[in-house]
Amino acid sequence: MTFEAPHIRVKDLNVYIGHNHILKNISLDIPDKKITSFIGPSGCGKTTLLKTFNRLLDRNKDVKINGQVLVDGEDIYGSQVEVTGMRRKMGLLSQRPFPLPMSIYDNIAYGPRIHGLRKKKELNQSVEHYLRATGLWEEVKGRLNSPATSLSIGQQQRLCLARGLAVEPEIILGDEPTSALDPLSTQRIEELFLQLRDKYTIVLVTHILRQARRVSDYIVFIYMGEIIEFGPTEELLLNPKQKLTQEYVKGYIS
Amino acid sequence: MKRKKIESFFFKSLMILATLMIAGSLVMILWTITAKGIRSLNWDMISKVPEGGFYIGKGGGLLNAIIGSLYITIGSTLLGLLISIPVVLYINIYARKDSSLATVTRFTFDVLFGIPSIVYGAFGFTIMVYFGLRASLLAGIITVTLVIIPILARAMDEVIRRTPEELSDATYSLGATRWETSKVFLRQSLPGIMTAVLLSSGRAIGDAASVLFTAGYTDSIPTSLSQPAATLPLAIFFQLSSPIQEVQNRAYAAALILTVIVLVISLGAKYFSKKLSKNKI
Repeated sequence: MTFEAPHIRVKDLNVYIGHNHILKNISLDIPDKKITSFIGPSGCGKTTLLKTFNRLLDRNKDVKINGQVLVDGEDIYGSQVEVTGMRRKMGLLSQRPFPLPMSIYDNIAYGPRIHGLRKKKELNQSVEHYLRATGLWEEVKGRLNSPATSLSIGQQQRLCLARGLAVEPEIILGDEPTSALDPLSTQRIEELFLQLRDKYTIVLVTHILRQARRVSDYIVFIYMGEIIEFGPTEELLLNPKQKLTQEYVKGYIS
Repeated sequence: MKRKKIESFFFKSLMILATLMIAGSLVMILWTITAKGIRSLNWDMISKVPEGGFYIGKGGGLLNAIIGSLYITIGSTLLGLLISIPVVLYINIYARKDSSLATVTRFTFDVLFGIPSIVYGAFGFTIMVYFGLRASLLAGIITVTLVIIPILARAMDEVIRRTPEELSDATYSLGATRWETSKVFLRQSLPGIMTAVLLSSGRAIGDAASVLFTAGYTDSIPTSLSQPAATLPLAIFFQLSSPIQEVQNRAYAAALILTVIVLVISLGAKYFSKKLSKNKI
């Protein structure tokens, strides 16, 4: 599938780690302001693909990346790209929430601060705004100065989302962001994604088919480092065209 | 069945015996220095400098050595941190993960760790002679710094390396630079860094061989970096080799003071790392 103005366009991407060919000839368009989920068995390369989008992968030794990843039409692997600025466009939500070793307030204020916001009043506004956006404000407004690790794990994940949103990204990358959470917290995160869809392009890695079905507009099925099928959620899950996708959706391969 | 029982009894007894030997030797050490040193220990010992020379003098105290040891310990720990923190940050955050540079650096620290402190002392002495310097507080601090850098760096490296990748993923995706990420890592690793500092200062205060030629020994408290400085380990060494019984007893008092200081440092290390890690997770 191709889109007219994709937010992220991947062209002939190949990733090698050591001698392993992890991603093979990936070409993919991620549509703007939609939720796209990557599904596939563990080790199929879906997280690796996600991490090529904000160049978190190339910090590792022995990683070789060929091909292009265009964000807003600009190749992020180009030699002119300023990596830190580019990364700022993409909020990341990892499998386990990992709050920064500081207070709840400082976790949210960290991003705006490193990008030069110093005024106390604006920082306060920003912190409140993003805590409200993730539904945390009412729960934490009385203890903004306590350490972020004092929150429950579900709250921590929403804090991490708020922290990411505070640097005003355009894209949210979620690497199985609910895998460490209880069902109720999972539901809250999923609801948040659905709310955020109007403003952000969201890319999710998930191994839970039901979750992919609940939240995503499009699904990409990846198997052994290759994209097998890409299509609108209902179509891909109910009428998969490829045999592998059929088998995966029915639960024969996992 | 019976054979297994005998076997298990045998090894259990062996383990208990070994544990008792270790615990016993600690008790013996504490007992010996306390029994021999307590009579010479008085307020003068920790509040006055020696009278009549450290080798034969029976009067005065060890204030010169206590102060000298503290100067050297604090000075070398600060200097050591100043050098090892950038190295550790570089190999963990700036260089690629598990790059060959990091491997070589870690190996170097391991080798440096294994070099006996008398060798560092001799090395420091050679350099002093080359530059025509006398034994001084500064030379002592520099030499002891060399001794503790591998300890500091290895301990901090271990802590920072164990910090989950999610933390740097988080800061980088917020658009943080490596330096900004480094600061967050230091904050996250604070309890471990604290332990490293106290561990290495325990070593710094107790080391005799490295300061023997470099810091020298004196009966007075140093007032500048270029003056020689006395240290507690050397106070023990010199007084114990004195032919006079009273002076020998003073060596045990010095040992007692040194042990108490080291004990306070390691208990402090435990306390702080517990307290700091509580705040963290």
